[in-house]
Amino acid sequence: MSEPSHPTAAPQDLGREALTLGVSPNTGDVGKPRSLWSDAWHDLRRNPTFIVSALLILFLIVVAVVPSLFTGTDPKFCDLAHSNETSAPGHPFGFNRQGCDIYARVIYGARASVMVGVLVTSGVVLIGGVIGALAAFYGGAIDAVLSRITDTFFAIPLLLGAIVFLQAFPFRNIWTVVAAIMILGWPTVARIMRGAVISVKESDFVTAARALGASDMRILRRHILPNSIAPVIVVATISLGLFIVLEATLSFLGIGLPSSTVSWGSDINDAQSSLRSAPHVLLYPSVALSITVLAFMLLGDAVRDALDPKLR
Amino acid sequence: MAASRPDEPVLEVRGLVKHFPLTKGILFKKQVGAVQAVDGIDLKLYKGETLGVVGESGCGKSTTARLLMRLERPTAGQILFHGEDIAQLSGKALKAVRRNIQIVLQDPYSSLNPRMTVGDIVAEPFEIHKDVAPKGSRRKLVQELLEVVGLNPEHIHRYPHQFSGGQRQRIGIARGLALRPEIIVCDEPVSALDVSVQAQVINLFEKLQDELGLSYVFIAHDLSVVRHISDRVAVMYLGKVVETGDEEQIYERPTHPYTQALLSAVPVPDPSLRGHRDQIMLEGDVPSPANPPSGCRFRTRCWKAQDVCSVEEPELIVREGLDHPSACHFASIREVISTIDVS
Amino acid sequence: MTQDTINTTSSADSVRGSEDPNAPVLEVENLHVEFRTRDGVARAVNGVSFDLLPGETLAILGESGSGKSVTAQAIMGILDTPPGFVTQGSVRFRGTELLTLPEKERRRYRGEKIAMIFQDALSSLNPVYSVGYQIGEMFRVHRGASRADAKKKAIELMDRVHIPAARQRVTDFPHQFSGGMRQRIMIAIALSLDPEIIIADEPTTALDVTVQAQVMQLLADLQAESKMGLILITHDLGVVADVADKISVMYAGSLIEQAPSIDLYSNPAHPYTERLLAAIPRVDLKGQELYTIKGIPPNLTDIPAGCAFHPRCPYAQKPICFEQVPPLQDVSSGRRSACHFWKETLDGSIQTR
Repeated sequence: MSEPSHPTAAPQDLGREALTLGVSPNTGDVGKPRSLWSDAWHDLRRNPTFIVSALLILFLIVVAVVPSLFTGTDPKFCDLAHSNETSAPGHPFGFNRQGCDIYARVIYGARASVMVGVLVTSGVVLIGGVIGALAAFYGGAIDAVLSRITDTFFAIPLLLGAIVFLQAFPFRNIWTVVAAIMILGWPTVARIMRGAVISVKESDFVTAARALGASDMRILRRHILPNSIAPVIVVATISLGLFIVLEATLSFLGIGLPSSTVSWGSDINDAQSSLRSAPHVLLYPSVALSITVLAFMLLGDAVRDALDPKLR
Repeated sequence: MAASRPDEPVLEVRGLVKHFPLTKGILFKKQVGAVQAVDGIDLKLYKGETLGVVGESGCGKSTTARLLMRLERPTAGQILFHGEDIAQLSGKALKAVRRNIQIVLQDPYSSLNPRMTVGDIVAEPFEIHKDVAPKGSRRKLVQELLEVVGLNPEHIHRYPHQFSGGQRQRIGIARGLALRPEIIVCDEPVSALDVSVQAQVINLFEKLQDELGLSYVFIAHDLSVVRHISDRVAVMYLGKVVETGDEEQIYERPTHPYTQALLSAVPVPDPSLRGHRDQIMLEGDVPSPANPPSGCRFRTRCWKAQDVCSVEEPELIVREGLDHPSACHFASIREVISTIDVS
Repeated sequence: MTQDTINTTSSADSVRGSEDPNAPVLEVENLHVEFRTRDGVARAVNGVSFDLLPGETLAILGESGSGKSVTAQAIMGILDTPPGFVTQGSVRFRGTELLTLPEKERRRYRGEKIAMIFQDALSSLNPVYSVGYQIGEMFRVHRGASRADAKKKAIELMDRVHIPAARQRVTDFPHQFSGGMRQRIMIAIALSLDPEIIIADEPTTALDVTVQAQVMQLLADLQAESKMGLILITHDLGVVADVADKISVMYAGSLIEQAPSIDLYSNPAHPYTERLLAAIPRVDLKGQELYTIKGIPPNLTDIPAGCAFHPRCPYAQKPICFEQVPPLQDVSSGRRSACHFWKETLDGSIQTR
């Protein structure tokens, strides 16, 4: 092989070191800082599904927090004289069997659903997340024990288990309902978190952190959790919708929220008896429930697509 | 290249062993065997010098890297850092040692936390070892480190995925340098890079060694790269070191059959050598490390194997008439490649 | 069925023997491939032309992002469409245009006339079927052979690629073989229908160097036996030096130099080739200094104007290299270079700017 003809004088604007190190003024021109979260946000902003569902949910939250903005009518004021009437001036949705204003009940019912959804989801992510992360991180006997516990709770059918759980209490309020759903809903999140942590645990950057002498706590907090939270977020967003349906189901069965609390589920329950004669009584709470759940499902889908690195 | 070598190695490995147990059973695990990943190796690293460790897959070099970094605990043997054994250390003592021995990993795409900025990644060593640098000075130190490895210090707020593979590897090197270690263990640091970028990073390693007096354990499968950067070389096969010596001895006067076969298989970018090279073709596959051959582990593929090879394991010693240690009963020099000196 | 298979093979042989040895078996002309992504259009292949004579070994050399694998996929017709589209050009096998063929026709060429082997045998082989089944699949699908006959052919092929104890191992699964053995199985599958061309995409990159030597030797032996053409796609200048007759160097989707092996290494006619050769460490050199190429290969959605290599080229001159795309010019018989200053590169008189 002949010697390649190297210039003995290096190119003018680069020192010889630059020639051998490959550095140039333009190397590393990488643009503005973009984290994976801001990339995901950037994608979400352009996704019509996300925009629609996010706006819907925002609207829902406002309705839940300040229902009085939307209606002046008292949802608990019922006049039998108006029983099962269809819409009248000032009462766009009409009246139910007891003569309560359906529109007001739909508005005030949002609060119960949103509260249950948010509380349960937060609890489930906290409990399931911690258990799943610890099981995966420490492995061995700890993993064996925690996973078996997870599997046991996982095996209990959600609705049936909730019913049995709630029967144990002589009283009914929102906290028992939240607890019932939470206790049976955490295994899903635990499994997802466990899977995510197991795959992140073996990454080179975790090895590098250990090589630096990082403590277990630091590795979990700084390296493992931020990289395994994405699938959990997706599952949580989608599950939120399911939890709301579950509460409505329990209320429908008569063992969920007490009748003193306005809820879509119990309204749907009450509407059964007048299904043929006054279908509008069933229609409005059902539609409200469906739209709410759909909004959360769509949000979950959009978030999942945005956070999925493989789709980049 | 290294200056005159002081007598004491800065890092020495004696009889290092790592066996990974193979277990059966779900609840009550019973050990049925072991993967003998590293089975009694000796190494020496001197200050300011690069020790290249070469071998093919399954030879145990990656496990050796992890053992040196104490990411695994050795089953037996000693790792002496300035004469002090770190093989069984734990807790605070081990953490203190980490300031002196650091690592650079192979894959630039997974060795940096994608959710952290480059600045945070390089600053992390300072957060873990708080006494090395006071909080106020850390940002400046990070920027200096980025400059030293040839990156723009203004990019400390960027994220890893905004950089190329070669640049990410430099970030990994900057992180490894932060605590001013004496020794850096490099585990295949350029294997995942494009050819034109490899040269940049190799040159960077050499520059840093000259300027900062670093000692490297350079683990790689690419013999051309190892020759270029190493002062001394150890050749590994199936958990053992089969030959060790300085770069000239190993590449110009190899004595162990495996080393000779390995060298003959390295492709050389020179078509005029076609048909003129000493080609040694090895038969068969590498045996399983869970069930290595008795005696000399290389005997199942060796053209020189005799009965004694299956009975007596050859020691890594300097044999008669040779100038560097070789683990073969029939070690003899065979000049497999003809070296041209272009220095 | 076995008779049939044997007959087909020998008739193919006689057909092959009567072909004009100087007519190219594969001609690629002005091939353009685009990838339409949401970040823009990536011009992965920009006007690549080459041909392959029977029994010849052509190496397509390039780093990541050079477009070499995409070229192979376009030839085989296995490009992911969308997002990849062949926007221009022609690929002719013994005169028959392949790009315009309907898929059913195309499939007759794929595997039978042109076969491909990939880098990672573990992910290219189906883990739930035995290797015998997978090798035999070629016969069952293309030749209508029975299972028993297909199995017999599979054992024959495994012998041909030197897999020991083929008869016993034909029912084993891919994970039970080592990396080198798996690669041989892929070669066996590729060989099964006696193709005229094998395209090997980084066949040994994932293998140890001693295994790599074995596999490359096997390919060379098989090629000599059956006068097969071989297109070797790789980034490894060492492997190429050992086996290639002629080399096409690709950069940013374009072919920038083409030459017989000996000439390319001893006397490159393009700065990229020259710089690349200066950047690789060689096992037979002592005291070598590595000269690097500054910067990184360009993003294919944003290829620099003029010569794609000019931002990294130490010899780039304003304005010509910055503005005009250098055409692929004839350097001598069998040699071409896409550089405005190929003459100066060739005789060593080229100046840094």
